[in-house]
Amino acid sequence: MSIGHTLLGLLEKGPRHGYDLKKAYDERFGQDRPLHYGQVYTTLSRLLRNGLVEEAGVEAGDGPERKRYAITDAGVTDVEHWLGTPEKPEPYLQNTLYVKVVLALLSGRSADEVLDVQRTAHLTTMRELTKRKAGGDLADQLICDHALFHLEADLRWLELTAARLGRLKTAVTR
Amino acid sequence: MTGDQTTGDPTDDAQPARPLLEAVDLHKSFGPTPALDGAGLGVRAGEVVAVMGPSGSGKSTLLHCLAGILTPDRGTVRYRDVELSAMGDGQRSELRRTEFGFVFQFGQLVPELSCLENVALPLRLGSVKRKQAEARAREWLERLEVADVADKRPGETSGGQGQRVAVARALVTGPRVVFADEPTGALDSLNGERVMQLLVTAAKETNAAVVLVTHEPRVAAYSDREVVVRDGRSREMEPVT
Repeated sequence: MSIGHTLLGLLEKGPRHGYDLKKAYDERFGQDRPLHYGQVYTTLSRLLRNGLVEEAGVEAGDGPERKRYAITDAGVTDVEHWLGTPEKPEPYLQNTLYVKVVLALLSGRSADEVLDVQRTAHLTTMRELTKRKAGGDLADQLICDHALFHLEADLRWLELTAARLGRLKTAVTR
Repeated sequence: MTGDQTTGDPTDDAQPARPLLEAVDLHKSFGPTPALDGAGLGVRAGEVVAVMGPSGSGKSTLLHCLAGILTPDRGTVRYRDVELSAMGDGQRSELRRTEFGFVFQFGQLVPELSCLENVALPLRLGSVKRKQAEARAREWLERLEVADVADKRPGETSGGQGQRVAVARALVTGPRVVFADEPTGALDSLNGERVMQLLVTAAKETNAAVVLVTHEPRVAAYSDREVVVRDGRSREMEPVT
């Protein structure tokens, strides 16, 4: 899962400092695996170096000063490209897809679009496996079936999410 | 054929770019509920198109409008450049019997007839002589690997056998478009897969198009591309290359 893209997506709502970003990430996506501070700051400095975020002032407070980061136009384009690109179909990508769907809803983009391109990517892989199965021996068939059933499980999750987008939007934008 | 499309024969199946069957901006309501709200779909000869979407999205209504079973409130359906709504009921029935084939989830075979007679039925309705019709029906039963149930009634066959008989019946007239609405919905995985393999292989061999309504991704994986229907609207997706 791309932490850089996720942080960029969270910055689209407005500039934040690193601690705030970590909190926002953990609340929405980090239930099982919260980010380490180190990860946040290395990611932010990489994004800064690549021109995808810029510094937007310093927040004075108790303790050390805290830099605020804002997303740049190049950063927005980068998020947009990431959301529009399907993930490579493989088992257990639901978490990335979930993040993409939530970020699309948060930023007012089309979450249907994210799901539609992913469905097509999955079905394309499933078509290849189905063809391979037709010409293969029993071992080939069983190997392909294993992959097909896993991809199908992803797609079932995807359809369920598609059917619940309205409720999810209400929940994440509350 | 690589010739100029504007001068080509409009009924030539070999032109891949031109849809054989095309629905544009279909609207259809049952009472106050819109089932289709601007849906459309183009199907080219020889291609298998999966129609996917949640239940109640309008998939089956779209299929029924494409097949001329339902008339849309608004929008057009064209088969080989002829508008279905411009045809009389008789012409539409004739079209369905000669150019289209149908496979449904269940309940499509006549229980009083043998499987052979069921498959021969569409030919008999088209005035083909019994002997000839049954010979062709037998060939199709063999092709679908169910020649052994020819003399049995549908009630005496298993679900998978019955569905293969139904596919044979849908294909026996040499249709140009086969409409399949959840054709494997009542079958277990293995039987469902075999029915799909046989249906798609036979359709490809005869260059028939298939419009396949399904909510099962593994069944949709037998298609060449998919159309997603949501809230009565459709989106045609091109496969990732």
